[in-house]
Amino acid sequence: MSSKTLYDKLWDAHHVAKRDDGSSLIYIDRHLIHEVTSPQAFDGLRERKIEPWRVDSIIATPDHNVPTENRAKGLKGISDSTSKLQVLTLEENVKKYDLNFFSLGDERQGIVHVIGPEQGLTLPGMTVVCGDSHTSTHGAFGALAMGIGTSEVEHVLATQCLIAYKQKNMRINIEGDLLERVSAKDVTMFIIGQIGTAGGTGFNIEYAGSTIENLSMEGRMTLCNMSIEAGARSGMVAPDQTTFDYIKGKPFAPSGDQFDKALDTWISLKSDSDAVFDNEFSFSSEQILPQVTWGTSPEMVSSIDEKVPEPRDFKNKENYEDALNYMGLKPGTKLTDISLDQIFIGSCTNSRIEDLRIAAEILKGNKLAKNIKRALVVPGSGLVKKQAEEEGLHEIFIDAGFSWRDAGCSMCLGMNPDQLNQEERCASTSNRNFEGRQGYKGRTHLVSPAMAAAAAIEGRFIDVREI
Amino acid sequence: MKQISNEFSGTFICLDKSNVDTDQIIPKQFLKSIKKTGFGDNLFDGWRYLDEGTIDQETSSRMVNKDFIFNNKLFTDSNILVSGENFGCGSSREHAVWALKDFGIKTVIAESFADIFYNNCFKNGLLALCLKKSEISKIFENFNENSAQSIEIDLINQVLYYGDSEFKFELDDYKKKCLLEGLDEIGASLKFTDQIKSFEKNYQIKNPWLFK
Repeated sequence: MSSKTLYDKLWDAHHVAKRDDGSSLIYIDRHLIHEVTSPQAFDGLRERKIEPWRVDSIIATPDHNVPTENRAKGLKGISDSTSKLQVLTLEENVKKYDLNFFSLGDERQGIVHVIGPEQGLTLPGMTVVCGDSHTSTHGAFGALAMGIGTSEVEHVLATQCLIAYKQKNMRINIEGDLLERVSAKDVTMFIIGQIGTAGGTGFNIEYAGSTIENLSMEGRMTLCNMSIEAGARSGMVAPDQTTFDYIKGKPFAPSGDQFDKALDTWISLKSDSDAVFDNEFSFSSEQILPQVTWGTSPEMVSSIDEKVPEPRDFKNKENYEDALNYMGLKPGTKLTDISLDQIFIGSCTNSRIEDLRIAAEILKGNKLAKNIKRALVVPGSGLVKKQAEEEGLHEIFIDAGFSWRDAGCSMCLGMNPDQLNQEERCASTSNRNFEGRQGYKGRTHLVSPAMAAAAAIEGRFIDVREI
Repeated sequence: MKQISNEFSGTFICLDKSNVDTDQIIPKQFLKSIKKTGFGDNLFDGWRYLDEGTIDQETSSRMVNKDFIFNNKLFTDSNILVSGENFGCGSSREHAVWALKDFGIKTVIAESFADIFYNNCFKNGLLALCLKKSEISKIFENFNENSAQSIEIDLINQVLYYGDSEFKFELDDYKKKCLLEGLDEIGASLKFTDQIKSFEKNYQIKNPWLFK
């Protein structure tokens, strides 16, 4: 038998049928649903007069639109009537089809990509889909996890399968210990800077090497989360003891004999030692310093000790000029000279307990710089928030001058009231620095939680290792 | 024999940029709609208008960015968009395709596409077509904002005609069939119902912890 990559194995294990055109029907184990990309899919089901294929595979929660204040008011706390209608529509669909649901008032509610793993709904070997591009997050468990469009949401609801073409295999190896206060976020931003935002298009990325093996599950989720920013619909890390320890005891995870049985399967989920990859990159951990983006694409990124580059140094000069104009930056500006207006710690990339702990450790005993107009911490789920409060992290954030919020996507994409004002500049732990992403004409710089915390204290970017 | 597909041919708009993301194609505030239509006026909203758009707003009251090609009267009936590499990157929002379709775009030509956007196009009857960098450059170089030009697409033979040039393009047979015949993808997959059920049964025996 020829040797296989982890991706090959997951593909084969879920392959239902080959279609005439060369595409395949791939069986889906877990379908995560939120309010923005599902209403039209449920309408489609009703037009066809069919029911969801397998209700127990589905978990739904509102996250994109929800306010991060006044959570006790539930739906009434949503002041925007169109947002409210979308959340209400999700609730109606959940009721109609009797789906698993974490409502606004449920402490388990949160960002779909945080609650899946937290509840043990994401397991090694699974196929996971969601109408959201950051579904790649779940690959951290050795799952094949893909973001899909609304038509595909409808297709999975109707058939429990996704029509897919097999992707090529890419492996990214990173070896060595990360430098102090350099995190998974810096690793993924560094990778995107190296291979570009289209570097992974058409590939599944497997992350490997000692640096990756030493990451916590939270770190691996951050890493896999931004695979899509490198162009790859899915990214994954082979499951190991760190994975199994994380899963054990989670509410929806198998327990007792079932856990042991599952474990027997999970330990085989790795690429064969002689498996061949279509493309492979290797980096050393020492190359990776704290990263900051300065443009309007995640590939416009540099290490903190660098300067905003000259557009003429790039092949698409005009794109870089447009980006710097939008960002209000001049070439040659030191990244450490960029001052900030807002700080955002949150999003499916960086809102887990480890992220909050790192940020709090740096903020402890410090205050926001005077020029920071607003700083938000938005935990990824109600349970992350609860855990942080049990550890007293909320007091550190509040004492520093941060606003301590309820769970949701929040200012990562600003579909709720948390947005930047025009031309405000934000150090953000989210995943996209696109024009207008965090608010109309807002300016986003992507960073790690540690770098965001350091920037909050200094009012400008600073190498977090100097704090 | 040349077989022009009129539906996918016509005048074109150039957007000479790379990495055009779906946040630009349709900004977040318009994703609150629970319908698949009504997005056309807000296609490229941040570039098309000089003020911030809100959902349910009358576009007649807005400040139009006259310099943006989508507002040039010569091009408002265009059904082809030509852009650079990695078009449609970022968010999986199918609303981006719905907005292009609503505006009247039937064909998107680019040097390369992001995977999810590419798939979403065909699910909605839009042709997404890749050309080589040199071919795209030729179109960009000859583009003139003062006169609309046409591109003809022969979908059956997979040839694009532009001026004196003929560019071959790749397209898998199934996607072509979907565009030409408007195939119902879910209906087609449901024909595999027996196979899906039998797969599921065996799969459940092997992986009982995945079923509750």
